[in-house]
Amino acid sequence: MTRLSGWGRYPVADCTVTAPRTAEEVAGALTTGPVIARGNGRSYGDPAMQPAGTLDMRRMARMIAFDADTGVLEAEAGVLLGDVIAAFLPRGWFPAVTPGTKLVTLGGCIASDVHGKNHRRDGSFGAHVVWIDVMGADGSVARCAPGDELFAWTVGGMGLTGVILRCAIRLRRVESGWIAQETTPARDLSAAMEIFEATQATYSVAWFDCLATGADLGRSLVITGEHAARGDLPSEKRSRPFHVPARSRRRVPVDAPAFALNRYSIRAFNGLYYWNGRRGAGKALVDWDSCFYPLDAIHDWNRIYGRPGFAQFQCVIPLAAAKEGLTALLEAISASGQGSFLAVLKRLGAQDSRMSFPMEGYTLALDFPVSPATLSLMERLDAITLDHGGRLYLAKDSRVRAETFRRMDPRAAAFAAMRTGEGLADHFASLQSERLKL
Amino acid sequence: MTFRTETPPVLILGGRSDIGLATAHAFAAAGHPIMLAARRADTLEPERADMALRHSVEVTVHELDALEVAGHEAFADALPAEPGVVICAVGALGDQDANEEDHAAAVEIMRANYEGPAILLAVFANRMAARGEGVLVGISSVAGDRGRASNYIYGSAKAGFTAFLSGLRNRLARQGVHVLTVKPGFVATRMTAHHETPTALTAQPEELGAAILRAVRKRRNVIYVRPVWWVIMSIICAIPEAVFRKTRI
Repeated sequence: MTRLSGWGRYPVADCTVTAPRTAEEVAGALTTGPVIARGNGRSYGDPAMQPAGTLDMRRMARMIAFDADTGVLEAEAGVLLGDVIAAFLPRGWFPAVTPGTKLVTLGGCIASDVHGKNHRRDGSFGAHVVWIDVMGADGSVARCAPGDELFAWTVGGMGLTGVILRCAIRLRRVESGWIAQETTPARDLSAAMEIFEATQATYSVAWFDCLATGADLGRSLVITGEHAARGDLPSEKRSRPFHVPARSRRRVPVDAPAFALNRYSIRAFNGLYYWNGRRGAGKALVDWDSCFYPLDAIHDWNRIYGRPGFAQFQCVIPLAAAKEGLTALLEAISASGQGSFLAVLKRLGAQDSRMSFPMEGYTLALDFPVSPATLSLMERLDAITLDHGGRLYLAKDSRVRAETFRRMDPRAAAFAAMRTGEGLADHFASLQSERLKL
Repeated sequence: MTFRTETPPVLILGGRSDIGLATAHAFAAAGHPIMLAARRADTLEPERADMALRHSVEVTVHELDALEVAGHEAFADALPAEPGVVICAVGALGDQDANEEDHAAAVEIMRANYEGPAILLAVFANRMAARGEGVLVGISSVAGDRGRASNYIYGSAKAGFTAFLSGLRNRLARQGVHVLTVKPGFVATRMTAHHETPTALTAQPEELGAAILRAVRKRRNVIYVRPVWWVIMSIICAIPEAVFRKTRI
C-alpha cells in the first residue's frame, strides 16, 4: 500500500500501486478489481487514485516516432510534456496546447483534456491528438481517432474508458524558445474582460487579486503573448533562438505551518504582485519556461499550504453570464476573507465534447488551503456557478457533491450510462468517479 | 574529458537495467552515440528508438551474455566503433536466504556481480591502454564495503568487483585510461522494487545517470551517489567486528 494524494495533497488514501513498463504488464494488472491509471500526479484532487489498484504509468514513457514534416509525435502515455519540449523545442517544435505545468504526462493531458492560455485560438489538448491506443478491461488494445466513439469519450474521460497506453499528438512549429509578452494592468473585472475580448494574441491570461473589494473588485494583470519569431529576437539571441538561460530551482523543504497563509499575508502578496506588475507593465521577451511554467521552478510548491493540503476551485461560466457570474464569485470570495494565492482568469473558446471541461466563456481558478471555512466557501461558489450555467473542471476537483456536479453538468448522466452499457464501470474507477457516480 | 572527440561513443554493458538505461540517457543527452549491450538485445528496440528520438544521437543494440566470459573478446571485436567510455551496469541481487542453501544459485550471483563484469572491463581496459585513452565505469555497491548477514553473497561479489576496479585504476593511471567506481546506495529500480527503502537514502535512476556523467567529466575515482552514503558506510565500516557481529544492520 502506498499513501497517495493528488497535487493538492487532499484527500489522501492508501492505494495498491503497480508500475507497469510494458503493455503486457498493464494487461496483467487489469485482472482484479477496479483500476485507474495515474500519470505524474498533477491533477489536484482524487481522479488518479484507486485503493484497489492504481497504475503508475510513469515507466511507460518511451517516445516511438516523430515525423519532422508534420510534427506528429508518437509516444507512450507516461512521457512528460516537459520531455517533449526538451526533445523537440531545439528542433523547432512546441506542444500545441500546454497546461500551467510541464510535469504532466501525455496520458493525463488527454484524460483531463487540458487547456492552455490559447484555448480560444487553438482549442484543448484533444484537438491536437491524432490517435490514442486504449486498453480495455480484457487487455485488448483499440486504436481510436477523431470521429470514433471511443476517442470522443476518452478525451476528457478521466481515464474511465480504459488505460491510455500510447498516443500521437501534433506539435506546433515555433521559431524560437521565447515568448513576446505584454502585461496590461486592469483596474477591475470589466477592464480585464475588455482586454480579453479585444485581444488577437495567441495566449492570454489574467492574474487576480481576489481580496480586492468594492471598486477594485477584479483588479488584475492581463498577460498576452506570442511565440517570438527569430527576427523578433535581439541579435545576440538570434544565433541560438532555442537556447534559454537555465532557471534556478528552488524547493519548498517542509510543510508551511498553518498560520503562514492568512488573509493578511495573502493580501500583502497579491497587493505587491499587482503593484509590481503595474510598474513593470508593457512588453517583454520571456523564455518559454518562465512564461508557461512559473511554478515548476519551485519544487513541491504545494507544500506552502501546509499539511492539510489545498483544494482548487476552477469553474467556467458561459459567455453571456460571465460578467455577472464572475462578479458574484469574486464578491463571495472577497466577503469570506478566504484569500487565494493563485487566482487566474482565462477566456475559453467554444468546444463541443462529451466530457471535457471547456465551453465558450470565462474560467476562474483559485487555490484554497483546506479548512471547514474554505470548504463551505467552495460550496457557495458551486451554487453561484450552477446559477450561472457554469461547470467545474474534474482535473482540479476533490470535493464537489455528486448531486451538484450532475446538475451543473448534465453530460455526466450520459457518460455514466455509456460506462455501464460498455461494461467499463466495474473495471475502471477512481475515488473521484465513485464520489461523483460517473 | 581528453578524447580526440568531445563526445566519444559510450558502451553500456547491462543496457536493459534501469541504471544502465538512465545512464545511457544522460550521456545521449550530452550528445554521445550510445551502444546498449544486453541479453535478448532485439527486445530493446523500444528503448533504442526512444533514446535516439529524444536526443538525436545514434543508438545501437548488441547481444551480450555477461557470464559467457569466453565470448567477451569477440563481443568487443564485433562492435561498430571503439567505445570511449564503457559503463558496466551488469549485476543481480539474488535472494540471500535462498542462496544460503542453493550454492549453484549463489555461484550465479557471484559470477553476475564479479566475474562477468570484471572480465568485460578487463577486455576494454587492454584495448584502451593500447590506444592511450578511455574511461571505464564500474557500478559496484555499498554492499561491498562490508559483509552483512542480510546480503553478503551479493556483497562479497561486489567487494571483489570494487577491489578489481581499484587495482585497474592503479594499473592504468599512467596509461591515460581512467577508472570510476560507482557505489550507488539504494536506487529505485526493478531490482529493488520488492524492498522498502527510506526515501531520503534512495536515489532515482535518473539522478544516478546524471551523477555518473558528472563524475566521468571530472575524472572522479570513487563516488557515492548521495553523499550521505559515504557517512553511513564510514560508520558501518568503523564498527569493530566483535560488536558488528551482534548487530542487525
